Amino acid sequence: MAASSSTSPPQGLIRQLARRPSVVIALVFFVTIVGACFALPVLGVTDVGGMSVRNRLSPPGVNGYMLGADAFGRDLMGRLLLAGQVSLGIGLGVSILSSILGVAIGLLAGFYKRLDTPLSRLIDALMAFPDILLALSLVAIFGGTMINVILALSIVYTPRIARIVRASTLVIRELPYVEAARALGTRTPSIMWTHVLRNIASPILVQATFIFAYAMLAEAGLSFLGVGIDPQTPTWGIMVNEGRQYIDNAFFLILFPGFVIALAVLSLQIVGDGLRDALDPRLAKET
Amino acid sequence: MSDALVEIRNLSKHFHTPSGTVHALEDVSFDIPRGAIMGLVGESGSGKTTLGRTLLRLVDPSAGQVIFDGTDITALQAREMRDMRRRMQIIFQDPVSSLNPRLKVGDLIAEGLKAYGIGTKRDRRDRVAALLEEVGLQPDHMDRYAHAFSGGQRQRIGIARALALEPEFIVADESVSALDVSIQAQVLNLLLDLRDRRNLTMLFIAHDLSVVNYLCDQVAVMYLGRMMELGPVGAVHRHSGHPYTRALNSAIPLPDPRAVRNREILTGDIPSPLSPPSGCVFRTRCTMAVAQCATGTPAPRPVSPDHISYCKRLEVLDDH
Repeated sequence: MAASSSTSPPQGLIRQLARRPSVVIALVFFVTIVGACFALPVLGVTDVGGMSVRNRLSPPGVNGYMLGADAFGRDLMGRLLLAGQVSLGIGLGVSILSSILGVAIGLLAGFYKRLDTPLSRLIDALMAFPDILLALSLVAIFGGTMINVILALSIVYTPRIARIVRASTLVIRELPYVEAARALGTRTPSIMWTHVLRNIASPILVQATFIFAYAMLAEAGLSFLGVGIDPQTPTWGIMVNEGRQYIDNAFFLILFPGFVIALAVLSLQIVGDGLRDALDPRLAKET
Repeated sequence: MSDALVEIRNLSKHFHTPSGTVHALEDVSFDIPRGAIMGLVGESGSGKTTLGRTLLRLVDPSAGQVIFDGTDITALQAREMRDMRRRMQIIFQDPVSSLNPRLKVGDLIAEGLKAYGIGTKRDRRDRVAALLEEVGLQPDHMDRYAHAFSGGQRQRIGIARALALEPEFIVADESVSALDVSIQAQVLNLLLDLRDRRNLTMLFIAHDLSVVNYLCDQVAVMYLGRMMELGPVGAVHRHSGHPYTRALNSAIPLPDPRAVRNREILTGDIPSPLSPPSGCVFRTRCTMAVAQCATGTPAPRPVSPDHISYCKRLEVLDDH
């Protein structure tokens, strides 16, 4: 164990992850999805919004549409990838923003006894709401722009990070090396950063990965319910919603976006699981 | 200015817990002379560690003063205390848990320098390299993590950390207790070297009197948060003026298996600091205790001019 952990953490982590085939496959899927969405122009798909009444609801493979065309005759493949940019962007934005908020709240609650009670009650209150209901009301209040959806979902998922950070902070702040740092004159912000955050970076990373997945799913849910982003901007959830009307004669309109959502979320979850196992030394038994 | 670097005046520390008030320190007073190594001994739970922490204000005292080089540090604001902190450092008991596992040795040692913004990154690396050599490690060890080192080496890292800010006063809290005996000797010799080279004043906390006899100039004996005896190491060792110290002395193993001596074995456990005995706190385990020991806190009494005992029956000790 000492030997494996004496190599620098990133190397060890990659080796740990590479040992699990399911994680490698999930990672390949996810990277492919991300790559495809953001390499849209490279793939030669330029006319994403182009309509063609003649070709509306073309099935996959017909009239040159690889995945078919929607009710306005727009290329489903192109729209799917364009929507992916938004859906993935929201997932990433939410996981980053909720991590930042959660870390800030968790550290403050864990370090300052006076802030602990109000912050913890706030977290409990937020967690008492069902996720989707809270997101739904927040978006309904603020209005459906991409920024607002990210904000709303970040508020929903911040408590998950904040609770982990607070609990770990409470443990770590009592450890001898924190007292040692204080004896050396290290200031509290610096102790938070160097001693607490470095030691809880792994659980935060794992949780942020899961939140990425949850947020994409929640965004799809919101869009499907019609309270997400303004439908001018496609997201995978909006595409499912739109495809629902044509499910009888063009089921592929709902099938492909649904499938991509499932694939992206599932692969992220598996990567998150793999990260958790790789970063938790207690689970790394078979070495 | 007196020749004492640290003056401890009637220091008390009480911890309030749900089950009552813990009297961790009760009216402790003594001076640590400049350039001396002061030993502090006592069983587990005698308040040694709390005293060490209180001296550095890692814990605030409930009453009393700590006067460091003429300044009452118990009255300092947090900012002033932080400036003072550079001059006093601590070496911890456990060389494993007192080093953050996520930091490289170089960063651990440079932490104090960084906290006070001393030097550029390059300067600090040079300082760290010099410190590593000074404590008997190699400069290229700075890019490794602490877990790659043995207990003795880690303790040397802990010492280098404490030295980085060039303090005048160091509290060594059971700093060799966790080490093998052979390694203990090396670390003790390192501490003696450093004292001479850097003119350090030290408070050396230990429960092992033989280590204290080797290293220290003076010794303070504590029991249940109170002072029992104070004096030069030789005098306290050979002509102890307190039954508790005598019991501790007789617990030192002798290297000769055939040696015969009258051991005074302490029986029972140290009483709960939640409700310490009245009068002399040691009376419940003392072979010399009589009725008068149960009333009134024992006053310090001179055994010789620089040797003080807190035993009420000092006069009759040697008749026993």
